[in-house]
Amino acid sequence: MGINWFKYSSPQTFFPLAGRLAFVFGALALAACAAGLYLGFFVAPTDAQQGESYRIIFIHVPAAWMSMFLYVVMAFWAGVGLAFNTRLSGMMASAIAPTGALFTFIALWTGSFWGKPTWGTWWVWDARLTSELILLFLYLGFMALQAAIDDPRRADRAGALLALVGVVNVPIIYFSVQWWNTLHQGASVSLTKSPTMATTMVAGMLVMTFGFWFYGIAAVLLRARCIMLERERGSEWAMHYARAAA
Amino acid sequence: MIAALRCLILRDLRLAARRSSDVLTVLLFFVIVVSLFPLGVGPDPKLLRTVAPGVLWVAALLASMLALGRVFAADHADGTLEQMMLGATPLGVIVAAKVLAHWLITGLPLVLISPVLALQFDFSQDLLGVLILSLALGTPILSLIGAIGAALTLGLRGAGALLSLLVLPLYVPVLIIGAGAADAAASGLGGTAQLLLLGAMLIVAGVFAPWAAAAALRISVE
Repeated sequence: MGINWFKYSSPQTFFPLAGRLAFVFGALALAACAAGLYLGFFVAPTDAQQGESYRIIFIHVPAAWMSMFLYVVMAFWAGVGLAFNTRLSGMMASAIAPTGALFTFIALWTGSFWGKPTWGTWWVWDARLTSELILLFLYLGFMALQAAIDDPRRADRAGALLALVGVVNVPIIYFSVQWWNTLHQGASVSLTKSPTMATTMVAGMLVMTFGFWFYGIAAVLLRARCIMLERERGSEWAMHYARAAA
Repeated sequence: MIAALRCLILRDLRLAARRSSDVLTVLLFFVIVVSLFPLGVGPDPKLLRTVAPGVLWVAALLASMLALGRVFAADHADGTLEQMMLGATPLGVIVAAKVLAHWLITGLPLVLISPVLALQFDFSQDLLGVLILSLALGTPILSLIGAIGAALTLGLRGAGALLSLLVLPLYVPVLIIGAGAADAAASGLGGTAQLLLLGAMLIVAGVFAPWAAAAALRISVE
């Protein structure tokens, strides 16, 4: 088989592809978010128990999913980078971290907005909230470590190791927090026991999830392009690009 | 390999004994942080009794983190670490020896002094055993996980603050289960489950953390 698996693992070939993909996924994200928000805010019925305030889940839940998913993707690229010693994998991992941290922050913030009218408090030490907060710390730690190291190759590999250690820890953290929570206070709040949702609600949430996913891909690829240009600024293709763009 | 392990541990212990003020500083930090809590939350014995395990655990966490910077830093500064890495002994063994020595120097004194501090909090004497055992099982895990962070931040600017950002989130499960052991014992449930979990975590960390820290060292020193 003549498939060259590593064709796009060099920044030179990946750079133009990333630009095209970022454009496509950016457009898809825009369309999906518009459709999802329309479904969520105009089509989906008002919740019988929570009133209109439940509509924040159309942003909250997809953001929370993405925050966890992106950490795994980041750890995947980090692992690939360590195993195959490819430059691009490390760049992808560092490009994912800010988007992941952003989604984590959005999930926490919107969760707090939802919690005030529903639970009557901005914050509870619920298992999900706490582990999401720790996930944010993990993202910030990854970014801080990479920012502190001047040599990009060392930064990539050190960050990769940290991401892998983190991804092993995420389930442990989640279960220990859940256990701690049930130990301290009875199950006062539960998201799992919510009443069955109307199909339009689920549809809106799914469309929004795809919208956030595509946005994540587009943002990560754009950021990866910047990182590629910055790191490869001495190479011929980067200079060529810079000259053409100027 | 055992001989190398023994030799390294004895060397680190001897170095610490020659500069015993370093060891005492960490211990004093632990004592002072714990003593600050009653001043902050008030002297109500009932309240102090409930927060005692948590306070001791958080203080132990901070004290152990404070000492982490020293696991590799001195050897890195004078080039000993590079010589060790060039030697025939596997790097994982070297890391394990250094972590063990680090725990003996900074972790064990905390465990030994914690009953005295717990009594200051009017903590029930019957439950002291569980608390000490949880600290004895938990602090080595802190040293093991911390070694990964210490290896990653070796020689970086602002390594101390960065280290806390990297390591503290990873300490969360140990803190929860460790402080939970004494809590569970106080509520009559018995802390056996937590102690067993801590033991399991210690074994897993003991196997994987030296290996991960060795990989981190190779990244930092090349």
